[in-house]
Amino acid sequence: MFYFITRRSFFAVILLFVVSIFTFWIFSALPADPAALTCGKNCRPEVIEANRARLGYDKPFLEQYGSYMKGIFVGRTYGEDESGVHCAAPSLGYSYDRHECVTSLVAKTIPVTASIALGAFVLWMFFGISLGTFAALRRGKWPDHLSNVFSVVGISFPSFFLGLLSILVFVIWTSILPFPQYVGITENPLKWLTALILPWCVLAVLSASTYIRLTRNGILEVMNEEFVRLGIAKGLPRRTLIVKYVLRAALTPIATIAGIDFAFLLGGAIVTESVFNLPGLGKLTIAAVINSDLPILVATTLVSAVFIVVANAIVDILYGYLDPRVRAK
Amino acid sequence: MEAVPTLDAGLETGGLSPWQLGLRRFKKGRLGLFAFWIVTFFFFVAIFAPIIVRVLNVDPYALDRASLNDYGLPKGPLGSMSWNHPLGVEPGTGRDILGRLIYGSRLSLIIGTVGTVLSTAFGVLLGIVAGLRRGWVDSLISRIGDVALAFPSLLLIIALANPMTQRLESWGVPKGNTAKLTYILAILTIFGWVYMARLVRGQVLSLRERDFVEAARSFGAGTGHLVFKQLLPNLWPQIIIFVAMSLPGYVSLEATLSFLGVGFQAPTASWGIMLGDSVRYYRADTAYLFIPGGALLILVLGFNLLADGLRDAFDPRSDRQQL
Repeated sequence: MFYFITRRSFFAVILLFVVSIFTFWIFSALPADPAALTCGKNCRPEVIEANRARLGYDKPFLEQYGSYMKGIFVGRTYGEDESGVHCAAPSLGYSYDRHECVTSLVAKTIPVTASIALGAFVLWMFFGISLGTFAALRRGKWPDHLSNVFSVVGISFPSFFLGLLSILVFVIWTSILPFPQYVGITENPLKWLTALILPWCVLAVLSASTYIRLTRNGILEVMNEEFVRLGIAKGLPRRTLIVKYVLRAALTPIATIAGIDFAFLLGGAIVTESVFNLPGLGKLTIAAVINSDLPILVATTLVSAVFIVVANAIVDILYGYLDPRVRAK
Repeated sequence: MEAVPTLDAGLETGGLSPWQLGLRRFKKGRLGLFAFWIVTFFFFVAIFAPIIVRVLNVDPYALDRASLNDYGLPKGPLGSMSWNHPLGVEPGTGRDILGRLIYGSRLSLIIGTVGTVLSTAFGVLLGIVAGLRRGWVDSLISRIGDVALAFPSLLLIIALANPMTQRLESWGVPKGNTAKLTYILAILTIFGWVYMARLVRGQVLSLRERDFVEAARSFGAGTGHLVFKQLLPNLWPQIIIFVAMSLPGYVSLEATLSFLGVGFQAPTASWGIMLGDSVRYYRADTAYLFIPGGALLILVLGFNLLADGLRDAFDPRSDRQQL
């Protein structure tokens, strides 16, 4: 088991290294000149060149990459004179557009995105698994058909359309909720809740649809296994059999998919955040795209990639722990 | 005498290819068939868009300010629906919504189908190569796949949309929509091939050990024969299911990108542009939100139901066919 964890973690580190090099390379190969983007339209060439030197864009690619990586671990100062800006470790770059270290910009979005992701995750897992189980146990009867209809319609809804519809119905038509405006949970928990309830539900409907299917099919598959027949034969109560044996076996593969989906969500629910105007990682990305703010784009891509790679590694290790067959490969 | 017809019937089914069997089962599923006709309808509309627009006399690009009031909102109820504008007009410009809807279906379907076909073809190709060659070729392809999956693809698609489109334009791709379309299709292929390749690789690895492939090889069959006559016919059902299941996602992607402002730009007719635009008006003009949103929902739903029908028909493990 120790060997397995080491190997898997080593692979994750290598993967992160390759992904970071690629990300860095793609964004540095773009036609946009990052130095020219640091000041407005009526900019003097001297200022551009000065900024280029200050941000290190005049150095060769590998050196730029090296100092960026170094910045992540020890922090980095942009410019050498007194006007230099210091970004403490982990430094993800400096956004001239916003006159702020990228790390602090990203850090501000994390609570928002984490709130969205966590709430949505809880809702969709709860509804997805319970409805999926219900459908599987009443296979071919109306609950099964109903959950089937729900899941196919839910999968088909484009997320922004569902988001706009929910605002229209709950905010504009019936005024049950105020227009979503994010406040921190420590500031005002009630406002935090009212701002997030719609985005949670929208994300939950979309993802629960997939999990209903996964759960239903997983349970039906496990029900055909020998150990279930043995349980029935030895007279286990149906409830014990389902909860203790069938669900446990059926949910293990689903948990691994869920971990990765959750990581994707942590990387910014781009569409939902822009529909509900929530200042999370996805919204930061969209704003950076509009302002061509390359340092932010590099950082958000890297942060999301870290979430994905780390989640994959954790999920694999957990899976290896639960299922010895995986370890052997 | 009675035994003969049953024997015949048995022989007949035995002679059907998996493809014919699946098609026969698909035709029995009513919902799948219904979805097939929905999707066909949208394809028909998209292909014959110029003719349909002419026949219905709705011009997707003509500005009709006469239908708008002083605030730039449609004069009549429901977005000013009338005989001239069956689905009303766009607020702000007065362009006909039906005409734009008809032309907009083209973008969604082009990106949906071409994007899926490209990434599938690429995936099947790499999967077969990895499965047949094995060794370092297989390792290389698999590792590249791991890297592609480690990227937050939607984020990267959005972040690179504008600069990469400029780059394509500087390489000589015609400016504007062609460059944008090329970009979207290219990046979809770059990120979209991995799952298909993994599926095909796994299948090829197990198929190549089977007797019929062994037999073909012992008769001196070349790689071409192995791939096209032995392997691909057995891969088709899986490929079809996979294509059908990934199509809906690609179809709504165009709308998502245009909605976020990194896809196509007005005056191009796109459902995503209309939906993004409708955000500014949806208190005053709800119809403008519902019409393109509803069209997109019906199209994606059609594709999803079609995918379900095809999976039930072609996937031997699918449990619903016995019901």
